[in-house]
This record gives sequence, structure tokens and C-alpha cells, in this order.
Amino acid sequence: MSSGAPSELLSDMGPAHEPVLPGAQSYESISAKISDIVLETHTARWWLIAFAACSALTLFFFGSIGYLFYKGVGIWGLNMPVVWAFDITNYVWWIAIAMSGTFISAALHLTRQPWGVSISRFAEAMTVFALAIAGMFPILHLGRPWFFYWLMPYPNMMSLWPQWRSPLVWDFFAILAYLLLSLMFWYLGLIPDFATLRDRARTRGKQVIYGLLALGWRGEARAWQRRQSAQLLLAGLAVPLVVSVHSVVGLDFAAGNTPGWHSTIFPPFFVAGAMFSGFAMAMTIVILLRRAFDLENFITDRHLDNLAKLILAMGLVLAYSYVMEIFMAWYSADRYEIYTSLTRMRGPYAPVYWTLIFCVVIVPQALWSRRVRRAPWVLFAISIVINIGMWLERFMLIVTSEYRDFLPSAWGMFYPTFWDWAILLGSIGFFAWLLLLFVRFVPVISMAEMRELLTHERGAP
Amino acid sequence: MNHGTRAYGMLAEFSTPTALLDAVRAARTEGFRQLEAYAPMPVEGLVEALGSRDTGLPRLALIGAVIGGLGTFALQWFSATAIYPINVGGRTPAWPGLIPSTFEMTVLGAVLAVFFGVLLRSRLPRLYHPIFNDAGFSAASSDRFFLCIEAVDPQYDEPRTRDFLERLRPLRVSVIEA
Repeated sequence: MSSGAPSELLSDMGPAHEPVLPGAQSYESISAKISDIVLETHTARWWLIAFAACSALTLFFFGSIGYLFYKGVGIWGLNMPVVWAFDITNYVWWIAIAMSGTFISAALHLTRQPWGVSISRFAEAMTVFALAIAGMFPILHLGRPWFFYWLMPYPNMMSLWPQWRSPLVWDFFAILAYLLLSLMFWYLGLIPDFATLRDRARTRGKQVIYGLLALGWRGEARAWQRRQSAQLLLAGLAVPLVVSVHSVVGLDFAAGNTPGWHSTIFPPFFVAGAMFSGFAMAMTIVILLRRAFDLENFITDRHLDNLAKLILAMGLVLAYSYVMEIFMAWYSADRYEIYTSLTRMRGPYAPVYWTLIFCVVIVPQALWSRRVRRAPWVLFAISIVINIGMWLERFMLIVTSEYRDFLPSAWGMFYPTFWDWAILLGSIGFFAWLLLLFVRFVPVISMAEMRELLTHERGAP
Repeated sequence: MNHGTRAYGMLAEFSTPTALLDAVRAARTEGFRQLEAYAPMPVEGLVEALGSRDTGLPRLALIGAVIGGLGTFALQWFSATAIYPINVGGRTPAWPGLIPSTFEMTVLGAVLAVFFGVLLRSRLPRLYHPIFNDAGFSAASSDRFFLCIEAVDPQYDEPRTRDFLERLRPLRVSVIEA
């Protein structure tokens, strides 16, 4: 941190007067700082070490998947009555992380928040990677994964069509639409930056690769205007899509009659949880990123402060949802619903329940304090705690609704096996591996939008 | 390649967006019509100074949305009633159950239309363009602003156009080979 006197001065002025772009910046310094991260030939030592570790985890991940395909889902700890466990927990966890990236970027774009510029690029990257991983889990959890394409409607020799009213089919369309939107939104933002890299690259290989990725972008006035118009449209389309996608994930649960799942609160409750965990993951990554590349002049304490406020707000919505879930169970007067709620708090999985309440309800309350919101490493610790808490939340929601079936004779426990943990850890390693490649080969902050911001903040330099 | 025989246009380089904007306005006043302005970022008012904005994307989005939405609804409806009838208790599929997929594909249709619309209307991908022949043009993606008066402009005349551009006090003026 470059902190010291100047940043104290800024915080005295209050967030309203705080510039989003402190320090002496020019068009050239923006291009140089951000593109050098990608173009410099020297690779940082920490990157190589982290990349080696994540590559190992990635291999481990795909090795575990290979073994899963070879042996079948029996290598996991799930069995009747708990037929959804780590697989679907991981799925919901990853898709929730994916939800907020494009949402952050789109919502900040639509509301013209200048501080969104420096965090939207990597937030979008986070979305694309997390979504790609999330999309694997529904396939992995199938008994016969090679038939997953039966979800797709296509004229086939069996004359079969999907059951259109199944949330699982809705989910297929939701993930497909969201993945494509996120990719296109991300790429549209990247095209001018690839052009900058093409023009600044000194080696032939980089010129060719970035040149191809830039599609021949020249920066004509009307091309910029069209791109702005397209970004506005995509952002406007992304926000309702994000809400619908995670609502459909909620409906995957709510459409069945399982006590603990069968509730109309699930879609909005899942959306709130998704925003919350996604903001937390964005916080984790942004703090590491600005530390690793000295980006304090682009990702300032004000960015972290704002992100922390969003986390706090979403955390309160989520806490309200937990209370309402319990209230509705009681109010329904349905003995199975009441029993499921009580057994979450008192049954064998009670430690999971109380840990998650601590992680996602109690700990985020620290964010009321301005001092905490301005302390990056405290925020980092909180964001990690929230990420863990949100994983436990999904585990709790899924497993505690299944393990006590309607008849006591059908009750059963779930215990994770080595392969359950292998695939969870492996997926985290694979996510980090993709992010490491991203920060090394793609500009982490939109240079075009930074230049625009500079023009707006300073007037023409 | 026939070097120096035919020109694509004449390029003037500026260091600020306002200088470029003034130059475009001056060129329009002078009567030039085949102009293009290049910048490392969107410049407010530049498109209006050059002519008109491209307002076609929202319409494309609407067309994409309608195709995606109606197409998906029709696919679900006809496959579940005619091609492979799902008869549950004598009922045809209730339409509300078909809406989530319809909504997702409506959005996807609009998104695809916008994404490919923005590329095609900007004539991208196009990896070669005569403007790249200028050695200094690479700064257009970083910190320089360019005005190009194209040779197809009826008023284009090398010495006079050069005089005009020099009067705008650019950093430099150069002829682009076609």
C-alpha cells in the first residue's frame, strides 16, 4: 500500500470527493501500466510458483473426474436418501460466485458508477471461469454422464423431447444463455484492449495473437459508439438474466416436495445468497490482484469500501431470508417442515449450521465499521470466511433436507469420501489456474474505459 | 503493391480528444465528407460531428429477442403437443411452465443479435486495413487521436488537403498508401 499522508487526506474529504483515479495519470501511463503486466517478458516468481501449484491441482481435478467417469458416482459418499451432496453443493456454490461478476459489471455500468471501471473486467472473468466450472457439476453428478446432451432439444432417432416443465431443463437453458452472454460481454469489452496490446507488443508472436483477438479493431468513432450502445444493451439484458438464472437454480430445489426445499422464498433467497458470495469472491480476488500488480492507483480503498458495503447489504438480506425460512416453517404448521428446521439446528449437522450462521451472519457485521472497510487484509479474511460459510450454507440446505426422509426407516447420513474432497479442492485449483492465466495474458483492467474515466475526471489533459 | 501511386487518404495526428473534435468540425465546415476519426476511447460528440449515430442495435436486439422467444416457445409447445404429446391427466402442457426457457432464450436471442450486430456493422473482423500502413498509427490504441480524410472524398487533393490539415496544428500529417 502506498497509503501514508495522501490517502488520509482523501479519507478526510469523504468518499463523495474522493477521486476514483488518484495519482498522476495520463493516457500513456494507463496503457503502459496495464499492458505491461501482460507484455513484459519477465514472469514474476510468485506467479510461477502459484501456477505450478494450481497446475498440479488442475491435473488432480481432471484425474479425479477421469476416475469418477471410470468408476461411477459410487466413489462419492452419497447414497439414498442423500443423493445430492458435494456435487450439487459445489454446483450451487460455483454458480453463485459466477452470478455476481457480470452483475457487478452490468449494474455498475447501467448506474454509471465510475468506480466500477477498474473492477468489472476481472469480475467478468471470474464469472466466465466460475460458470464454466459450475456447468461441469450437473454433468458429473449424473449416473450416465455420457447422456447429458439429452437435455438439449434436437430431433433424434428416439423421437424423444425434454420434459419442458422440469427445472433441470430450465437450468440447461439458463446456464447456456448466461455463459454465452458473459463471454460476449467480456469479449466485447476486451476488443479495444487487445488492439492496444497488438500495437504495443514487440514480439511477432504476441502481435499476431493479440492482433487476431482484436479482430482488426481500429478505433473509429462510430465503432466506439456502436460498442457503447452494445455494452449498454448487454448490461441491460444481463441484469434480469442474472436474477432469472439463479432463480432457476432455486427452483431446482423448490419445485420438489422435499421439506426444507419446497418453499416460494427459494428463488429470491438464492439470488441474495449468490450476490453475497459472489461479492465476497470478488473481494478476495481484487485484494490479491491489486497487491500482486501494485494496482492501488486503479483499485483504491474506495473500491474496497464500496464492495464491502454491498457485501454487508446482501448479507442482511440473506440473514432476513434465514429468519423467514424458519418463520415460514413454523407458520406452515407442517410437521415435516418444522422438523427439518429444528433438526438443522439440533441434529447431527448442527455444527455445520452454526458455523455457517457465524460465517455469513455474524462475521459480516464487522463491515459496519469504517475502519474495517478500509483495512484490506481484514476484508480479505472476512471474504474468505464468507466464501467458506456460503459453501457450508449450500451443503446444509441440501443435505439436511434429504437425510431425514419422511419415514424414519429411510433415514441416513452422508459422509464425504476422499473423492468428494478431491473434486471440491480440484475445482478451486482449476479456478485459480484459469485466473492466473487471465492475469498474465489479458489486461486485468479495461484500458479504454480508464482513458474515458480520466477524460471525465480531469477534463481533456 | 504499387507504392506511392495511389493514396488511401491523408492522416493528421492530434494529442487530445478536443483537438480531434475541433479538427473534425473544421473539416466538415470545409466541405469534406469522407472522413474518419480514430481514437483510443469513445469521445463525446465525435460521432455527431462526423455525421450521425448508428442507432440500429436496439432494433436488432428486439428482432433477436422475438426470434429467440417465439422460437423457443413454439419448439416447446409443438414438441409437447404435436410431435411427442405429453398427456398428463388429459391436459396439454400448461404454458407457464414453458416460460422460464422461453425467457432465457429471448435474452440469448437479443444478446446474439447485439454481439454479432456490433461486429458486422463495424465491419469486423477485418485484420487488414490501409490505415495500418501508417507507422505511427499504432498510437491510436493508446494516446493519440487521428483524423483521416479519405482519397475518395471529391474535395481530396493532395497539396490542398495537406495545407488544410496543417492549419489545424496537428502533431504531423502523412499520406496513407492504399
